[in-house]
Amino acid sequence: MKILFDRIDEPGLNTLAVYERRGGYEALRKALLEMTPEEVLSNLMDSGIRGRGGAGFQMGRKISFLPHGDMDKYLVCNADESEPGTFKDRELMQKSPHMLIEGIIIAAYAGEISRSFIYIRGEYDHQADILEAAIAEAQEAGYLGERILGSDHSLSLVLHRGAGAYICGEETGLLDSLEGKRGNPRLKPPFPAIEGLYHGPTLINNVETLSTVPAIIRMGGTKYAELGVQTSTGTKLVSVSGDVQKPGNYEIELGIPSREIIYGLAGGPQEGHEVKFWFPGGSSSPVLTKDDLDLPYDFDSMAKAGSMLGSGAIIVVDDTHTVLEVALKVAKFYAHESCGKCVPCREGTNWTVKMLERIQSGEATPMDLDIMASVQEQIIGNCLCVLGDAMAMPIGSMVEKFRSELEDEIEAARERAGGAELDDVIPIGVADEHAGPYPVH
Amino acid sequence: MSATGRRPVPRFGHGSRVPGWDEAVDLTKDPATVPDPATTPVPPGLRETIEAAMAKYPDRRSAAIPALHAAQEVYGWCSPQAIDEVAAVMQLTPAYLTSVATFYDMFSTVPKPRNDVYVCTNISCSLLGADEFFAAMVAAAEGDPDVSVRSFECLGACDIAPMASVNGEYVGPLDLDDAPRIVEDLRAGRAVLEHKQLRYRRCADPEVAEEETDFGPPDRDATEMTDTAGLGPEGDTEDRPGPTAAIEMTDDQLAEHPEPDAHTDQDKHPAGEGPEEAE
Repeated sequence: MKILFDRIDEPGLNTLAVYERRGGYEALRKALLEMTPEEVLSNLMDSGIRGRGGAGFQMGRKISFLPHGDMDKYLVCNADESEPGTFKDRELMQKSPHMLIEGIIIAAYAGEISRSFIYIRGEYDHQADILEAAIAEAQEAGYLGERILGSDHSLSLVLHRGAGAYICGEETGLLDSLEGKRGNPRLKPPFPAIEGLYHGPTLINNVETLSTVPAIIRMGGTKYAELGVQTSTGTKLVSVSGDVQKPGNYEIELGIPSREIIYGLAGGPQEGHEVKFWFPGGSSSPVLTKDDLDLPYDFDSMAKAGSMLGSGAIIVVDDTHTVLEVALKVAKFYAHESCGKCVPCREGTNWTVKMLERIQSGEATPMDLDIMASVQEQIIGNCLCVLGDAMAMPIGSMVEKFRSELEDEIEAARERAGGAELDDVIPIGVADEHAGPYPVH
Repeated sequence: MSATGRRPVPRFGHGSRVPGWDEAVDLTKDPATVPDPATTPVPPGLRETIEAAMAKYPDRRSAAIPALHAAQEVYGWCSPQAIDEVAAVMQLTPAYLTSVATFYDMFSTVPKPRNDVYVCTNISCSLLGADEFFAAMVAAAEGDPDVSVRSFECLGACDIAPMASVNGEYVGPLDLDDAPRIVEDLRAGRAVLEHKQLRYRRCADPEVAEEETDFGPPDRDATEMTDTAGLGPEGDTEDRPGPTAAIEMTDDQLAEHPEPDAHTDQDKHPAGEGPEEAE
């Protein structure tokens, strides 16, 4: 069942003419002319659709948190797709921009919102051009602007290009960036639904979530909820990358076995190799191993396995790579992208990089792994946003699941470096000014 | 990119140094105030772009990023002069804009070459050899004053890993031989690695193709690749972040803006050589 990717490669689908010929903007007509905002909202509630950006929060409930009444409310579409491994929104925006615009208009109607923005990452230049052209077309055709299709609903839509910062994908960092500031996350609460952009109530949703809205209205919420499994309804785009033969975006029904995605659709690792571990939801999700391949791919099963579905970005690592090299990549990325506002994240990410580099250079001892694990624990939950957690969770899971490999790596690196024997190291806890995992030379 | 030799320290209009340069901020000077629009000449094209951006938002400060993009297009980097001009139009302090410009990876507060090659070196790409490609790319571009190569965080195109973004155009999957080709294409001013551009890539999902029947499937044999958006490369150079599309300046304005890069910033971009085989 293809909802988002239905004939997505059709040439010209980015233009209004082709989109309308295929029944585009019919859902909008239905919502605005035949339904009240409450009915639209109840359809979204019934659909059970959970946010596709990473947190997996129910979209309908998010809209229901918005206060009612006459005030400036905002809808922001988060198109700052920067979670490593994720590239689904890129394909959607490039090939079917009107589906997103239609979804935004309907969602705004449900939340009685009159101003909307798309925050697209600055690197997506081609996609931004396509969206800009599509917005102009929609405006021309009367789908945006005052009194859309003769209803009482008015909506403006502005495309905003970012300038390269991972943290702007975090919703409050994104809001600060959209207000023209450095993209620093804000303290929550107040949550954006109460006080967000320009201090007004703000609904923030991912591109994929909003793009699904027209289909939900067309099918009806309960019908949509029949797809997928009970707590993870509908279809989901998964971006499969890394050591697979056919990387790319695939639209799946939630709840199919993970093996089906990695081996069935993406072809699995190259001949003669096998999956060593995989990130089920972008680089910030705790890794799973090849023993977890038979788990159903949905929000709850991933959470039960100690990881998360996140943005639906599966990164596969095969047996030709060491855990250390992947861990170092992950840690360096988050250390670079930390905005520096919260100490546990700013320092924790940098210390993790240093500790991993110590392993590589042969200066580390197995005790470093304990320290590393404890650093991760001290990051989680102690910052304004989840960027620090996003490093701590995968690194923590790698240390836990591949401890013996990391210990072997420590040994091997020490030997390569001609380092001191382990006996020469003063263990932690020895009351001495040299106490610490440092070799005594 | 390192500052080599002795360059004059760039300063804001009233004399204080630009932070992030090679010396510490001069604490003996007062911070720069909002520049006076009457005494700060701004190229008309740039002014119009910024004013149009400001009009789109309830709060004019929201236009800071679009305005800096526009200024960087004109000057090639967020120079003190560029920041002063944006500050004059937006009525903000240069310090505020500098704080924004230094936060985002796509803005440069030091001079940079006109062509940007971002090589993604994040997880998915590095699993498939991005670090080796990055080294090859740096070697290929060495000594070319017009090409800046930098490793970049995940660019959101792991399906074509290892990949790079060349002046905003995504290309991949790359092998080591592509590094010199990218530099050649840039020097020749033509579309970069046209057969590897992301815009022509079909969806990987096999069922998508099978359901294309309603409007006739595109002829797969004739067009191995197809630009489904039909926006040729020439269609979108104008608002691309980066110094690819110079805003026209008159000779008078150029005289008022003694920016060394201003003259070399003419539009040399490969316009009009868009791929035609996509039909």
